[in-house]
Amino acid sequence: MAKRNKQRIIKVIVTFIFAGILAVPVLMGYFTRQTATVTGTFAPAAAIKKFGFYFEEVSKQSGVNFVHHSPKLDPLIDPILPQIASVGASVSVCDFDNDGWNDFYVTNSCFGYKNALFHNQRDGSFIDVADKMGLADLNKAGSGVSMGAVWADYDNDGYEDLLVYKWGRPELFKNDHGKGFTNVTEKSGLPGWINANTAIWFDYDGDGFVDLFIGGYYREDIDLWHLKTTKILTESFEYSQNGGRNYLFKNMGDGTFRDVTAEMGLTSTRWTLAAGAVDLNRDGYPELIIANDYGLNEFYFNEKGKRFIEKGNSTMIGLSPKSGMSVAFGDTDNKGQFGIYISNITEEGILLQGNNFWVPIADKEKVLYENVAGKNGIEAGGWSYGSQFGDLNNDGFIDLYVANGYISGEKGTSYWYDYSKVTGGNSAIISDLKNWPDMKGRSQSGYQQNKIWLNEGTGHFRNVAKYVAEEETYDSRAAVMADLWNRGVLDVIVANQNNRLMIYKNNVDPANHWIAFDLEGVRSNRSAIGAIIELYWDSKLQSQVVTGGIGFSAQNQRRVQFGLGKSSKVDKIVIIWPGGTKQTVQNPEVDKIHKILEI
Amino acid sequence: MHQIKSKLNGLINIRYAPPLLITLILLTGQFTFGILEGYKPILLSIGCSLLTEYFLSRVVYGKAKNLSSAYISGISVGILVRTTLLWPFAITAILSIMSKYVLRFRERHIWNPSNFGISWMLTFVPFSVAGLSIQWGNNIWPMFVIWVLGLFIVWRAKRLHITATYVISFILFSYLRSRITGDPFFTEVAPLTGPMYQLFVFFMITDPGTTVNNRNGQILVAFLVALVEFLLRLNQVIYAPFYALFLVGPAAMVIYLQLQKIHQSRMNFITKAKS
Repeated sequence: MAKRNKQRIIKVIVTFIFAGILAVPVLMGYFTRQTATVTGTFAPAAAIKKFGFYFEEVSKQSGVNFVHHSPKLDPLIDPILPQIASVGASVSVCDFDNDGWNDFYVTNSCFGYKNALFHNQRDGSFIDVADKMGLADLNKAGSGVSMGAVWADYDNDGYEDLLVYKWGRPELFKNDHGKGFTNVTEKSGLPGWINANTAIWFDYDGDGFVDLFIGGYYREDIDLWHLKTTKILTESFEYSQNGGRNYLFKNMGDGTFRDVTAEMGLTSTRWTLAAGAVDLNRDGYPELIIANDYGLNEFYFNEKGKRFIEKGNSTMIGLSPKSGMSVAFGDTDNKGQFGIYISNITEEGILLQGNNFWVPIADKEKVLYENVAGKNGIEAGGWSYGSQFGDLNNDGFIDLYVANGYISGEKGTSYWYDYSKVTGGNSAIISDLKNWPDMKGRSQSGYQQNKIWLNEGTGHFRNVAKYVAEEETYDSRAAVMADLWNRGVLDVIVANQNNRLMIYKNNVDPANHWIAFDLEGVRSNRSAIGAIIELYWDSKLQSQVVTGGIGFSAQNQRRVQFGLGKSSKVDKIVIIWPGGTKQTVQNPEVDKIHKILEI
Repeated sequence: MHQIKSKLNGLINIRYAPPLLITLILLTGQFTFGILEGYKPILLSIGCSLLTEYFLSRVVYGKAKNLSSAYISGISVGILVRTTLLWPFAITAILSIMSKYVLRFRERHIWNPSNFGISWMLTFVPFSVAGLSIQWGNNIWPMFVIWVLGLFIVWRAKRLHITATYVISFILFSYLRSRITGDPFFTEVAPLTGPMYQLFVFFMITDPGTTVNNRNGQILVAFLVALVEFLLRLNQVIYAPFYALFLVGPAAMVIYLQLQKIHQSRMNFITKAKS
């Protein structure tokens, strides 16, 4: 009897514990939703006071009325056209005429629609000069449509040249001293067709000339306007290797480029969406990070410019297959080391890849990285494309902007069920367009707000988007940071797919100081791409790198800007030029843009 | 020779064949595609399953149970739960095993443990938990090997009729859905070719602990699971198979056990009357 009673008591206790554990997720769900539904209000004065900055969307006031148009492709693609034609809105910043003011180039992706080069008028407005400069009419049948563009002075003549990468023929334009551009594609040695979604300039071998990486997405033998087969899609949603090939072109210094992809060991054929290069081990040669859709990301160590060795698996960065869509480098905790941010997909209850932020772990034996995005609060983006680091409030800690949103179709609809149905299948099913249900105008991860993650100074971030800007839910792709009006603050430009380009003018607490540097290489490439600046101030250290394209289909300003918080003094800066030469500048004046020539 | 054969039969015998198969699926997935994003989640879910089973069996029944079923639940949770966090693996595994000790009817547990835990988490923690809904890779051979071995093992375990009924019903309902929705037939069949369904058809719907005892009843239940899944899929429910089993499995068990009791009472009554 006593034994039976004891057993009953035990069962009651177990039942209570079970009920308690059952309740944990239910309560967590309740509180998470309660927190998420708290509506933030955008109030400029409050934002300045609390966060030190706010954004004001000024595209119309600035005379920028650019609308991106998605491509129209082979009719066989029509049922899932919104998915296939979901990229191409890009923005790249450059001072193309060396007047000291940032201009920017934006792409269109439909035949008959022109790209635009917005020239800074120094009075808050911009004028599209693409037609006049010969950079507008690039989206034509037979040569494909634009997917993005990157600037670099490939011939070291002091003016930034432009590469436009396309689903089609990549086009290289030589800058004629800011007066116009000459299409030099024919003699450049670039291939006739790449279905590219990324390109970056970087000097991989340290010879003083920027080289070019172009990442293929669809196979290069596919003409998306004239399909010969419906089997053009990914063979796997996790381990796909049937994408376009990647290209590494060595700049020969005479206006031509040589394909060195195979000899340098970059032969993978994953579905590349983004790439970034920075010298992570400080040996004078930049490493290459490649973000791939439908699979593993790649981490290429540069062996002194002789060869790249892929170490994605051993460093952990390429261990788990996700949907890599952008690459950005950030020294978020001011330790002088770059973390690698790669955006992915997060859709509640369906696909929780989370954006990743890989930081180096001290290990004597090998190079290891750890994903700290969750710990740092920068994991749950959405369907995330572009990402950029920059100090938005000049407080001395870099913040993070992430562009979100895939397909905003009919409101209240979702294609996710059909998507998950097909993606569960074997490669023979998923790779064939014929097996994909018609989207019929439905949304998929649409109407998402971009994230503005503010670094709280501890390496932890907080999303302040709803407090510092009006809510907008376009399908954002590229995001860049640039000081558009030489005010010592980082403004943000966002290219939205099939929609308006947005310019967010940044209004920053004037009590925060800043300092900025325009670098010019002499022995190094003239654009100084790959140069790292270490800034020592207030017993702290910040690092930033000059890139030749970063994020997704994007390029930030060439200038390197640091926020300093309340400090009005910088102890020194150390510039590590490509190749590893160091140059130190003591006590540079704050609240000023410095021009520095490589010594 | 006879001895070897009988030893082999013993090895492939019911108790150890499913754990071996699920281990094979895990290892195949890991070594061909690296399905595990690190070993912590799978070790955590297996560890929590085993510990919960061991502890509860000792406390509730006063004796340690064989842990092979908890091992299967742990691996299922480790593979099927997709999250960037660690705690959902622990909670799902613990809930799964505890459900066996708490949610009981006539001395039998009525939910397949991992089906219960995963369905609960998918419903109430969608912000942190998703299910495995994508395939591992494009290589058909690992999938083929797992299907062949899986079918062999469920045949040895005398449960092939359950798997076969479900698979055939799923294919027929796929055709019907294709006619209703206008989507290609292969699109509707596609999920069946992925790893989530391998675990589902070999481990969840065939679970001896939560299936009715007679063969016809088992066939009927497998068909009903496919039918409810069909209805859920028409309503675009992404994790339709989990929810279908979650709904049909216990209902079938309750009805079956109730009918069994009525039958037993009648038999007792007849025996008494005769005597």
